[in-house]
Amino acid sequence: MASLARRRATDHIVKAISTAFAALSLILLAWILWTLIARGLPALGPNVFTRITLPPGHEGGLLNAIVGSLIQIVVALVIGTPIGLFCGTFLAENGRGTQIANVVRFINDVLLSAPSILIGLFVYQLLVVPVGGFSGWAGAAALAVIIIPVVVRTTEDMLNLVPIGLREAAFALGAPQWKVVTMVTWRAARAGIMTGILLALARAAGETAPLLFTSLGNNGWSLDMSGPMASLPIAIYQYAASPFDDWVALAWAGALIITVGVLTLNILSRLVLAKMK
Amino acid sequence: MDATLSGTQADQALASAHKPTGKVSDPIFVGLLWASGIFVLVLLGLIIAMLFEGGLPALQEFGISFLWSTTWNPVTEKFGAGVMIFGTLFSAIIAVIIALPLSFGIAFFLTEIAPGPLRRPIGVAIQLLAAIPSIIYGMWGFFVIVPLMAAYVQPPLIEWLGPIPLIGALFQGPPLGAGMLTAGLIMAIMILPFITAMFVEVLESVPPMLKESAYGVGATTFEVYRNVSVPYGRTAMVGAVMLGLGRALGETMAVTFVIGNATRMSASLFAPGSTIASTIANEFPEAAPGSLKLQSLLELGFILFVISFIVLALSRMLVRTKLKG
Amino acid sequence: MKFTHIFSAAVIAATSVLSGGAFAADITGAGATFPAPVYQAWAVAYKEKSGTGLNYQSIGSGAGQTQIFNRTVDFGASDAPVATDKLAAQKLLQFPAVIGSVVPIVNLDGIEANKLKLTGPILADMYLGNITKWNDPKIAEINKDVKLPDLAIVPVYRSDGSGTTFVFASYLSAVSADWKSKVGAATSVQWPAGAGGKGNEGVAGTVKNTKGAIGYVEYIYASANNLVTAQVQNKAGKFVSPTVPSFQAAAANADWAGAKDFAASMIDTPGDTTWPITSATFILLPKEPKSGTQAAEVIKFFDWAFKDGGAIAEKLHYIPLPADVVARVRDAWKAEVKADGKPVWTN
Repeated sequence: MASLARRRATDHIVKAISTAFAALSLILLAWILWTLIARGLPALGPNVFTRITLPPGHEGGLLNAIVGSLIQIVVALVIGTPIGLFCGTFLAENGRGTQIANVVRFINDVLLSAPSILIGLFVYQLLVVPVGGFSGWAGAAALAVIIIPVVVRTTEDMLNLVPIGLREAAFALGAPQWKVVTMVTWRAARAGIMTGILLALARAAGETAPLLFTSLGNNGWSLDMSGPMASLPIAIYQYAASPFDDWVALAWAGALIITVGVLTLNILSRLVLAKMK
Repeated sequence: MDATLSGTQADQALASAHKPTGKVSDPIFVGLLWASGIFVLVLLGLIIAMLFEGGLPALQEFGISFLWSTTWNPVTEKFGAGVMIFGTLFSAIIAVIIALPLSFGIAFFLTEIAPGPLRRPIGVAIQLLAAIPSIIYGMWGFFVIVPLMAAYVQPPLIEWLGPIPLIGALFQGPPLGAGMLTAGLIMAIMILPFITAMFVEVLESVPPMLKESAYGVGATTFEVYRNVSVPYGRTAMVGAVMLGLGRALGETMAVTFVIGNATRMSASLFAPGSTIASTIANEFPEAAPGSLKLQSLLELGFILFVISFIVLALSRMLVRTKLKG
Repeated sequence: MKFTHIFSAAVIAATSVLSGGAFAADITGAGATFPAPVYQAWAVAYKEKSGTGLNYQSIGSGAGQTQIFNRTVDFGASDAPVATDKLAAQKLLQFPAVIGSVVPIVNLDGIEANKLKLTGPILADMYLGNITKWNDPKIAEINKDVKLPDLAIVPVYRSDGSGTTFVFASYLSAVSADWKSKVGAATSVQWPAGAGGKGNEGVAGTVKNTKGAIGYVEYIYASANNLVTAQVQNKAGKFVSPTVPSFQAAAANADWAGAKDFAASMIDTPGDTTWPITSATFILLPKEPKSGTQAAEVIKFFDWAFKDGGAIAEKLHYIPLPADVVARVRDAWKAEVKADGKPVWTN
C-alpha cells in the first residue's frame, strides 16, 4: 500500500486532470461557436433571409434553402412523428414485456445510431431510382427515417414514467384503450413527448448526408416536392467548397443559422425535460 | 377473496365497460400501435434488403475478394473495399482511443468533483457538442484544425518520432494536416458526449452503500472511482465505448472534409486515407446509374451497415443487460 | 427481390398528383456542376431580357446524362463528351457551351505566380511518385532562374469524382505513356501518390497548407483566389502561362471541323500560345424533341448566351467559345434539331 501522502497526491493529480478535461471540452464547444460567429455573423445580412441562392456576385441569400429545409423537415415530422409516437406507445403499453417488443426496441436502438449516409443510400434505392429523379419527397422520407427512432425512444421512456395507477384508474372507469392512451397517458407525458419531437427536429435539421442523394439541392426557387429541392445543409456543403468569396461567406452564415437553431432546440427540450422531472 | 372480483369476473366487467365507445375504435387503435411497432422491424429489413440488392452485382462481379481487395480503380472498373474498411476501422479506433480517457476524466469530474449546482449546466454544455451538425465539424475541422495540424502538430511529431523504429511508422509522410489522425481527432470530439453521458448514467447507478463503505475504510475519491464505481459499471461502460465506436464508423460529412481521401493503405497516422462513408459521399454524385462503380458503392454501404449493426448491437446488449439487471 | 417495383407505382402516382404544374415557358436543364455558376448567371440576365427562366440543376454529369436520356429535362449538361454511339442511340445533339482550363498550383517559398516552369511528363512523374523532390535535375534543368528547395513534392488531387480530374488525367495520359498505362483517365482515378482534397476548395486548401505541394484546379478557382499557378510546356515546345488568351488559343487551334459531335479535344493542341490542359463542357439536346417550342427556347437561350453572355462568363473567369465554333454550333441547331421534320429554330 502506498503512503497516505502519495495516495492523496494521486487523488489531487487525477482530479486536476479530470477538471482540465472537462474544461477542454467546454473550450472546444466555445471554439467551434466562436469560429461560426466570427465567420458567419459578418455575412448574416438581411439578404440571407430575403433572397434565394443566386449566381456569384448577385448578392444572393439562402431563402430557398431555408424554406426547402423547413418544408422537408415538416413533411418528415408529419410522416415520422405519428409512426414514432405509436411505436413508442406500443413498446410502453401493449408490448411491454413481450419478446416482440424487445426485438423492436433493440432494432430501434440500432437505427438510432445507424450511419445517416446509409439512410440516404436506402431512400435513393427506394424512391429515387424507381421514379427516375431526385425529389423533395425522397429527402423528406430520408429525414423521417432519421426522426422515427428518436421519437420512439423518447416516447417509450416518457410513457414509462407515467404511473401505472393513472392508467388503471382510467380503465376502471371503463374507458377503452385508445381513450386511456390519448387522454390520460399521452397527456400525462406530453411535455416529454414534445421533448422527443424537438430533439428529432434538431437532429433532422442538421443532417446533410441523407439529403445528398435524395433531395439533392436546388439553386432556384422551388416548392415542388417532386423535383430536386434546396436545403440548408446541402447549400452549405456546396458553397463552402466553391471558388467564390460571396458563396463561401453564405456557407458560414448558413452554418451559423443551422447551429444556433439546433442548439436552441436542444436547450429548449432539456429545459422542458428538467421542468417535468 | 370474497370481497374482490375474481380475475375472469374483472375481465368481464372491463370488457362490458369498454362497449359503449371502444368496440370499433379500439381494435383500430391497437392495430395501429402494433403496425407501428412492426414498421420499425420492416424498415430495418428494407434497409438491409435494398443495400444488399443494390450492391449484389458488384459482389457477383468481384466475388468475396471484394472485401479485402485494395484496388479502387474507376478507370479499369476494378473495385475493392479493403482500403475503405481499413480506413473506417483505423480512424474510428483512433477516435475511441482519444475519446476514452477524456470521457473517463469528464465523467469523474461530473459525478465526483463538480460542485452540485454546476454539474447540470456543464453536463448539458458537453452534451451540446453532440448536437452540433456533422457538417459544421467538417467545416471547422477543415478551415481551423487542418491548418493547425499541418503547421504546429505534425512537423515536430514527424521530426521527433518518425525516425524511431516501429513507432516511427505511425509518423511518416508529409505534414498535410488532413489525414487519419485529424479525422480521428474530430470524431473523438463528436463521440465524446455520447460516451460521457452513458458513463455518467452508469456511475450514478452505483449503489451509494458500496461507495460509502469504501470511503469508510479511508479510500480517496479517485480510489473509490477506480476500484468501486468503474468495476461496478464495467460491462455497461464497455457498451458505451462500443456505441461511440459505432457512431464513429458511420460518420460521414466531418470525415469527408478532413481525412484526405486517398484510396491507399498506410500505417501512418498522418497519411491521407478514406472511409466507407467518405468514399460514398465523394464518388456517388459522379457515378452513372447502373454502373459497376455505383453498385460497388452500394456494396460498400451494405458492408458498413453490417459492421455498424454488429458493433451497435453488441453495445446495446452490454448496456441494457447491466442497467436493467 | 424487386422491392423497387412495389414502391415505384405508388410513388409515381403520388408524384403525379402532388406535383404542381411547372411554368410552361421556363426551360429545365440538369447535369455538370463545373459550369453551373455561369449557366445560373446567364439565366438571371436572360430572364430579365426575355422573361423566360431557366431552372438548372447541378446534379453531376452522370446524373445529367440519365435525366436527358429519360427526357425528364429539356437539356442535359456533361463535362466529358458523350460517346458518339450513345448520342446516336439516344438521338441527342451535343454542343460545347463554355471552355474551362485546368491549371497547376504550387506552394513553394519565394516562387511567384507563373515563375515555375513545368512540362507534361514532369507533372505525370510527380503524380506517379517518380519525381519526389523539388530540386530534381529534371525540374532544375528547365528552371535555371528559379531557386528550387530540397523539399519533398506533395501531389494533391481532387478526391471527389469531377470533370476537373477527367481533364487533368486526360492530359497526363496524352503526354505520358507511363501514366496512360498505369493510371489512365476518368472522373476519378486510382492515384499512385499524394493526398486528396474535396472539391477545388479542398485541393487549394491542402496546397496552401502544405509546403512543397502541387495541385490542379479549375482556372476560375485559381484566378478568383489568386493562387500561385505555374507555366506548362505546350505541344509546340513553348512554356505558356495560364491566361485567357492562351485558353482561347487552345479552343481556336482545336480540330472542330474534324471532330464528331463537337467533341474536339483541346488537350495538348498545337499552337505557340496554346494552353495544353483545356476542355469544353457540353450541352445535350434532343434531336427530335417532344416539344418543338421548348427545344426552341433552349436554343434561343444559348444563342443569346453566345451572343451577349460573353462578358458574364468572363467575369466569372469562364472562357467563351471562339466565334467560328459558335457559327458551327448554330449550323448544327438548324440542321439537326427538328420537330415534325421542320427545324425548331432558324435564325
